[in-house]
Amino acid sequence: MDEALLRSLTPSVLTVLVRRGADFAAAEDAVQDALVEAVRVWPADPPRDPKGWLVTVAWRRFLDATRAEAARRRREDRVDEEPAPGPVPTSDDTLRLYFLCAHPSLTPASAVALTLRAVGGLTTRQISQAYLVPEATMAQRISRAKRTVSGVRFDRPGDVATVLRVLYLVFNEGYSGDVDLAAEAIRLTRQLAAAIDHPEVAGLLALMLLHHARRATRTAADGSLVPLAEQDRERWDAAAIAEGVAILQAALARDRLGEYQAQAAIAALHADAPTAAETDWVQIVEWYDELARLTDSPVVRLNRAVAVGEADGPRAGLAALAELDDASPGSSGRAHPVPRRTAVAAHLHERDGDLATAARLYAEAAREAPNLAERDHLTRQAARLNSRRSR
Amino acid sequence: MAKYLLLKHYRGAPAAVNDVPMDQWTPEEISAHMQYMQDFADRLEKTGEFVDGQALAPEGSWVRYDGEGRPPVTDGPFAETKDLIAGWMVIDVDSHERAVELAGELSAAPGAGGKPIHEWLEVRPFLSAPPTITE
Repeated sequence: MDEALLRSLTPSVLTVLVRRGADFAAAEDAVQDALVEAVRVWPADPPRDPKGWLVTVAWRRFLDATRAEAARRRREDRVDEEPAPGPVPTSDDTLRLYFLCAHPSLTPASAVALTLRAVGGLTTRQISQAYLVPEATMAQRISRAKRTVSGVRFDRPGDVATVLRVLYLVFNEGYSGDVDLAAEAIRLTRQLAAAIDHPEVAGLLALMLLHHARRATRTAADGSLVPLAEQDRERWDAAAIAEGVAILQAALARDRLGEYQAQAAIAALHADAPTAAETDWVQIVEWYDELARLTDSPVVRLNRAVAVGEADGPRAGLAALAELDDASPGSSGRAHPVPRRTAVAAHLHERDGDLATAARLYAEAAREAPNLAERDHLTRQAARLNSRRSR
Repeated sequence: MAKYLLLKHYRGAPAAVNDVPMDQWTPEEISAHMQYMQDFADRLEKTGEFVDGQALAPEGSWVRYDGEGRPPVTDGPFAETKDLIAGWMVIDVDSHERAVELAGELSAAPGAGGKPIHEWLEVRPFLSAPPTITE
C-alpha cells in the first residue's frame, strides 16, 4: 500500500469535511479514523478512488460521532441530509489548514504535533514515537491543540512565517520511530510550496533539500558525527542538490530575501564545493552578514565567526568570536553562553596551532554539549589532540 | 519481573579502578567504549530486559516554591553537591542477582588502555505496585 499517497490525501479529505460543515476537531478525528481503517483494509482491497473512499469513510465516522453526541433533533436533520457535493477543495484550503495547525496561539510542540497529524496524516502513535513521549501524552497534546484553535475562523489567511517555523522544527528536531521526520518535513514543505507562491517557502524547501542531500554522510558507521569538512562529497545526493539549487535560484531572482533563502544560499555554497578546501568562504561570510541583518541572533554571529576563521584565518575568527562576547553579555550580569561557542573557540585555537588550549576547550565544550552525539564528537576531538600531544 | 535502575555518576561514586577521564583516552579507546555500550543495550533489548536509558547534562539548577504570586527561587549549580548523576538505564529482570550481573557487565566497559573501567554503578530496585494476592 502506498502510505505516502494515503498521507498526501489527508489535507484535502479534511477540508472536504470542514466545507461540508463539520467542525475542525471532529473532522480531524474522523479523518484519522478513516486513515487507520485504510491501512487495515487497502492492502487486501485497494479502492479505485482512494480519495473518494477516504471522504466517504471519514464522513460516515463523523456522522457516527455526531450521532452519539449531538442532540436528537440536530442529529436526525444531519443524517437525513445527503452531503452536498460541495466545492472541490482548492490549494487555498490546504493552505488554510497549514495556517490553522501553526496558529500563533499554539505552543511550538503543539503546532508540530497538530501539523503532523492533520496535514501530514501521521497517527498519534507515530508522532509519539518520533518525539519519545507516551502515546497518551501525545493524544492529549493534540486534543488540547484542537481545542485551542477551535474558535479560529478557518477561512482567514494567516502568517506564512509561523507555518515555516513549524516545518523547520519538524525537519530539525525529533528522534526516530518508524517515521522519517526530515523526509516528512520536505514532503509537507513541498506541498505548501505548491499551494502558495512565496520566496521564503521556496527558500525553506531549498534549505531542507540541500541539508538532506548530505544526510548519509553526516554520521559514520558507528554512529559518530562526521564534520562537514570530512564528509565524503561523492556520496552527497546530487539530484537533491540540483533541485535545491534550482529552487533557490528562482526564489532569489525575485529579490525578496529572507532568512531561509539566506541559509539555503550558504548550504548551496557548501554543496557547490568539490572539496572542503575549495569552499567559497568569502561569499559565505557575505551571506552570514545578510543573515545577521535579517535575524540578529547570536547563533548566526557564532557561525559567521567560523566562516571568518576559514576566510581570513583563525586569528580573524577568534576576533569575530570576541566581538560576539561583547555583543551578548547575557541577562542579569551572569554569563549566558551561546550554545557551541566553546566548541567553535576550540576549533579556531586548534587551527591557530594552540593545541593545549584547543584540547582544554574541546573537553569543556563536551561538558556543555546539548546532545550525546555532539558530546562524543567533542570528547573525541579532545582525545585526538591530547594523545597527539603526549606522543 | 522486577525493575531496577542502574545509575551512573559524574561525581559521588567511589573512584573507579581505571579512573582516567575520557578526554585523556585515545580516539580508538573511545570508539571501543561506545561500541561496548551500544552492544550492551542492543543485547538487553533482544533479551527483553531493556526498558529505558538516558544521559543527563552535568549541570542543572535547584528550584523551589517561594510562595503565592512569586516566581520560583532558582539556585545552583553547586560545585559542592556530592552526588551528580550522569545517566541511567532501567532494566526489567527476573531477579536481583540478574540486575547485579548486568550492572557488573556494564561496569566492565573498556576505558583507558582498553582495560575495563571497573566503574561503580548504583543498582536501585523500583518500588512496584502491590500484588493482587497478599495472603
